[in-house]
Amino acid sequence: MITFMNNSDSEEEPCNERTSLMSAESPPVPSYQDGLQTAEAGEAQAHRKRRTGSSRSPNNIADGDMSDSGVPVRESALENEEEELTLKYGAKHVIMLFVPVTLCMIVVVATIKSVRFYTEKNGQLIYTPFSEDTPSVGQRLLNSVLNTIIMISVIVVMTVFLVLLYKYRCYKFIHGWLILSSLMLLFLFTYIYLGEVLKTYNVAMDYPTLFLVIWNFGAVGMICIHWKGPLQLQQAYLIMISALMALVFIKYLPEWSAWVILGAISIYDLMAVLCPKGPLRMLVETAQERNEPIFPALIYSSAMMWTVGMAKPDTAARGASQQTWDSAEDGGENHRSPLHGDSQMPETRSPGPTRPITSFEELEEEERGVKLGLGDFIFYSVLVGKAAATASGDWNTTLACFVAILIGLCLTLLLLAVFKKALPALPISITFGLVFYFSTDNLVRPFMDTLASHQLYI
Amino acid sequence: PALGLFLFTIARDPLRIIILIAGAFFWLVSLLLSSLIWFIAVKASDPQDEPLQKGLLIFGIMFSVLLQEAFRFLYYKLLRKAIKGLVALSEDSCSPISIQQTAYVAGMGFGLMSGAFSMINLLADALGPGTVGIHGDSQLYFLTSAFMTMVLIFLHTFWGILFFHGCEHRCWWEITAVIIMHLTVSGSTFCNPLYMGSLVPSYLLMATAATWAYLLSGGSAQNLRRFLLCKS
Repeated sequence: MITFMNNSDSEEEPCNERTSLMSAESPPVPSYQDGLQTAEAGEAQAHRKRRTGSSRSPNNIADGDMSDSGVPVRESALENEEEELTLKYGAKHVIMLFVPVTLCMIVVVATIKSVRFYTEKNGQLIYTPFSEDTPSVGQRLLNSVLNTIIMISVIVVMTVFLVLLYKYRCYKFIHGWLILSSLMLLFLFTYIYLGEVLKTYNVAMDYPTLFLVIWNFGAVGMICIHWKGPLQLQQAYLIMISALMALVFIKYLPEWSAWVILGAISIYDLMAVLCPKGPLRMLVETAQERNEPIFPALIYSSAMMWTVGMAKPDTAARGASQQTWDSAEDGGENHRSPLHGDSQMPETRSPGPTRPITSFEELEEEERGVKLGLGDFIFYSVLVGKAAATASGDWNTTLACFVAILIGLCLTLLLLAVFKKALPALPISITFGLVFYFSTDNLVRPFMDTLASHQLYI
Repeated sequence: PALGLFLFTIARDPLRIIILIAGAFFWLVSLLLSSLIWFIAVKASDPQDEPLQKGLLIFGIMFSVLLQEAFRFLYYKLLRKAIKGLVALSEDSCSPISIQQTAYVAGMGFGLMSGAFSMINLLADALGPGTVGIHGDSQLYFLTSAFMTMVLIFLHTFWGILFFHGCEHRCWWEITAVIIMHLTVSGSTFCNPLYMGSLVPSYLLMATAATWAYLLSGGSAQNLRRFLLCKS
C-alpha cells in the first residue's frame, strides 16, 4: 500500500523524529507566571486578591519561580488603572490565541474541502504500519490500537531523547536538528502543497517560477523563524507550518487510527506534563533551574510590546527586553518543526521569558501574550480537518468541533490562571472536540437534516 | 446583517467574543441533548409510520425549544457568577461589561450558532449545480430560508436581552413571554411551505421583540428621533 509515499515516508521519518522530540520539548517558559497572572486577571473567576492583578507590570522580571510572594505589592494609584487594563488584557490573551488557532483551522478546512489530494488514501506513514482495510470491525479496531501504540511510543522515545539532550546541554545538536527539520518542512511540504493546489485549480506554473516562489518562501521562513523577523510574519509562518503538518497527518493517518491517536495523545499529554516524572515536566523544571528561556521549540508566541507611560528613559531596558524577546522567539521557532511531537507541547504558558527589566518606574506594559505549543495547533487542526473530511454532516460537524475546541482552549487558559503552572492544552479541547464530533455526526445530523427537509426551524 | 452586527459591536472587545463563543457552545449543547432525545425516540418507534414520525418531529422541536431556553437560563447564571468574579477582581468595583451588553452578546451567540447550523449546509449546496424546487417544492426555498434564518438570529438576540432582563428583575412573565414567543415562531414554521404563515408572523414578532428590548435597554422614542436626525 505504500506507493509513491515511500519517498516521502523516508523523508518524513527524520522530520518526524526530529519534530516529535521537539514538540515534546516545549517546556513551559519560566515566566509563565506572568502570563498566568495576566490571563487570570482577565478571566479568573477565582477570587484573586487585587495585588496579583496589579503585579502584572512588575512582572517584567518574570522569573520562573516568581510566585505571588515575589510580586511587590506596590499599591499605588497607578495600579488601579493597571488592574483595569489587566482585566481587559486577560481576555485579550485568550483572543490572541483564538485568532491563530482559528486561522490555522480555516486554512486546513479550506484546503481539505477544495484540494482532493488530501482526502485520497495514498499510503500510510511508516509509523502506522497496520492497515485499516480489513473486513472485520474487530480487526480494524485492533489495527488502529496497534498503530496508536506504535505512534505514541515513538513520540515518547523522542521526548525522552530530547529531554536527555537538553539535560546534558547538547544545545548544538538540538539546534541543528530543529533547523534541519524546519528546513525540510518549509521546502518539501510547501512544494507538495503548492503543486496540489495548482493542480486543483488547473493553473499552470513553470518550474523556474515555482522554484523562485518556493525558494523565497522557504528562505524568508527560515530567517523569520530562527532569527529575527517581524512578529506578525513569524506568527504567519508558524500558522502555515502547523497547517501543512496537520494536512500531512490528515492525509496519511488512517481513519480510526487518527481518532484513537488523538485520544491517546491527549492522555499522554496530560501525564507528561502533570506527573512528576513526566518528561515534559522535567524539561520545564530543568529550564527553570537554569533560568533560561525554555527551549525555543514549538512555541507560538503572541506577544507584542508597547509602553504605557514612561517615567524615565527606558531605552536600555527596552533593548534588553528586546533581546530576551528575540531569544524566546528563536526558541519558539525550533519547536515549531516537530510535528506530532508538538502534541507534547500543549503547555500554554505565559509568554515573556526572563525579562531582565529591573526598573519599576517604567510602566512598560509589555503585552506578553501567551505561548502555545505548535503541537497543539497541529492537533486541533487535525481534529477539525478530519471532521471536515470525513463527516457526512459536513459543515455542521466542522462548526461544532471548532466551537468545542475554542471553548476547550478558553477553559484551559482559565485553569492556567488558577493553577499558575504549565498545563497541557490538549486534553480538554480534544475531549470536547471528540465528543462533539461523534455526537454531532451521529445524533444531530439526522435531526437537522429532517428539519431542513421540512424547512422547520428550532 | 448578523455578521455586520458582529463586526461592529462585538469584534472590538475580546471579552465579548468569549461570551459569544460560550453562548454558541451552550446552544450547541442544548441542540445535542435535544437531538439525542429525538434520536432515541425515533429509534424506539416504527420508522414506517408517517404521522408518528411527524409527530415525533414536532415533539422533538418543542422539546428542543424548551431545552434552548433552559440553557439560556443556565448561561445566565454562569454569566452572573463570572461578572461577580470580574467585579471582585476589578480595582474600582466596576464591571468591565454591563449586564445588558452581556445579554446582547449572549443572545447573539445563540442566534449566530442557530443560524449557522440552519444555513450552512444550505449554502454549501447552493454553490453546487442544481435547480431549486425541481420536485414540485417551492422555488423560493433559498430565499425564504435566508430570511427565516435572519429573523431567527435577530429574535435570539432580542430574546437574550429580554430573558436576561427578566431574570435580573425577577419578572417571570417576561421570561414566559420569551418562551411562548419562541414556541410560536417554531410552530409557525410548521406551516412551511405556506410561507405566509411562517414568515409574516415571525417578522411581526421580531418587531415586537425589538421594540420591547429597545425600551428595556433604556431607549425611547426621543432617543430614536435624535439619533435619526443626527442631533447631538
